[in-house]
Amino acid sequence: METILVLAHPETDGTLAKPAREALHAAAALHKSLAGSNLVVGLIGENVQPAANSIAASPATKYFGVTGTDFSQSRYATDAAAVEAIFQTAQATLVVAPATSRWARVLPGVAQRLGGRADTHVTGVAVTDGKISISRWYYRQRMEGALTRTQRPWFIGIDPGSHTPCDCGAGTAAVQMVPVAISDSHRRTTVAGLREPKADAQTIRPDAQLLFVTGAGWTKKQTDGQTHVPEAEKLILGFLKKSRASLGSSKSLVDLSGEGQTVLPFLSHLNQIGQTGATPRHAKGLSTCCHGEEPHTVGWRFIGERRAISLDPACGWARGKTDILYVADAFAVISKVNELLSEGGNT
Amino acid sequence: MNSTFQIVVCGSIVPDPLQTLEPAASAAGPALKNEMMLPAVLDPWAGHALFEAANLAKSLPGTKVWLVSLGPKAKLQQVMMTVAQKVPFELVAIDGSASGFTDATETAIALAEAIATIPGLDKTKLLVFGGWESASRGAGATLQIVGERLGIVDQFQGVDQLTVNADGSLEILERIEGGKHQISKCAGAPALLGWATGNLPEPKNNPQVGMINMRTVMPALQKAKPVKLAGEGLSFASVALPKQLRETKIVKDQSADAIAKEIVEWIRK
Repeated sequence: METILVLAHPETDGTLAKPAREALHAAAALHKSLAGSNLVVGLIGENVQPAANSIAASPATKYFGVTGTDFSQSRYATDAAAVEAIFQTAQATLVVAPATSRWARVLPGVAQRLGGRADTHVTGVAVTDGKISISRWYYRQRMEGALTRTQRPWFIGIDPGSHTPCDCGAGTAAVQMVPVAISDSHRRTTVAGLREPKADAQTIRPDAQLLFVTGAGWTKKQTDGQTHVPEAEKLILGFLKKSRASLGSSKSLVDLSGEGQTVLPFLSHLNQIGQTGATPRHAKGLSTCCHGEEPHTVGWRFIGERRAISLDPACGWARGKTDILYVADAFAVISKVNELLSEGGNT
Repeated sequence: MNSTFQIVVCGSIVPDPLQTLEPAASAAGPALKNEMMLPAVLDPWAGHALFEAANLAKSLPGTKVWLVSLGPKAKLQQVMMTVAQKVPFELVAIDGSASGFTDATETAIALAEAIATIPGLDKTKLLVFGGWESASRGAGATLQIVGERLGIVDQFQGVDQLTVNADGSLEILERIEGGKHQISKCAGAPALLGWATGNLPEPKNNPQVGMINMRTVMPALQKAKPVKLAGEGLSFASVALPKQLRETKIVKDQSADAIAKEIVEWIRK
């Protein structure tokens, strides 16, 4: 009989973020498919009661919590100790958690500590003939595998955006607090804060409906034989401001800025999607000046509706990877798009 | 600053990212079609880790860098011919599969055992580096397991910057959600850092560095310990390329105004 433990951590405002609700949804579906299984929740943070209350109507039968200022920080040593303590108390066999940066840092190590196995970036969980299988991608999203494991405990990290968030309903949850002894050896690392771009300069917006992808074409010579980098910068930033889209970029464009050239200075490796970048999930994607050939397009694997603007009708996007390919000059189109967005107000 | 470290970089080889990859079945489980024929490179994020390690060693005299690499010996040798020309390091080779379908735990156990047996290793000075994910399995799990097995509980993933302070303490920037970095301060070694891109460009080939490195690379390859990654308890039901193919509508000879109007309507829908 499996005992499924869902792990989550509240945000700084005490709420549970969407990835945590997605993991809970995946675990609840697993629980429903596994006859006789138990579903329990473990929460770690400074104060977990509001988060537990927000999902009190979930199918979980028990709620465990590790709380205190030591656990407000996203830090390996204390998070590992907390997960280990909850796991032992819950007597879990399966652990399901959102693959947030906090859990991704710590869960494989805890699985090792407990003699189990961990699988990360999981995009699907299913039960067939009583056997649990998971799906995940290999070789930078280029092929998908389905696998099963006999080992327990089995830690499963659910990729954010891959599942529907649970709408569990709020109430009052009885949280069983689990004591964890923390010593100075756990506090060798302290979190000093966050570094983030100013609000108006933030170009990565995971919750945006639209991913706007810029390719190296923005910095190349245009029809007049000249480059127009300042204009490209103005157009792209203008579009992001008006559309509230998230910005992704091809590796080639990011590398240009990394090599010290004064091209699109707002781009960093954090914007990079594809082979060595992120694989964001958005409902829509608009690609501009991107040649779109495999393997560069792998970053688009999880984008719903896709459109592209390119001067090259024979580019990779024309071969079954986008829904609509506009054969046009992105400078002219985006300039007009920005005008229209201004006229009608922001989206 | 008088801190010195012993930096062990874990990094394997992956197929050149520009190659077309196709899964194939083998007796040992899933594999890549013509896997041994595919040109290989040092895993990109592990490469960044190696270059960051070498850069740190350059600024802290007395600091030494090892590269612990698990892969088929013949492929490792090919890749090392290039990598050895980049930065100074001592290779510790392990002869085994570098396939993305191997188990992260089994790989980590082999790496941790190799690290633990490096002669003269002082764990109080140890920094374990690596890429935060490989371009093959992409699990982002191997390093954490290596750290646990070595008893290192100051671990960081998605690292883009490491600053060593005068007292040997570390300041680390880790990627977190939403394009942000978490700033952490760590008392010092031992620590484990899974690097993302970092800030350094790939060093140019330096034949002199290559000649010095090759003195240790070849013997290391010759005495590479074979390991078998059996995938105990792990079974793949399928591995396949995505079949999704879109019916692409190609819009030509339409004015920028008309296209823009259509796009705006689509965005707002």
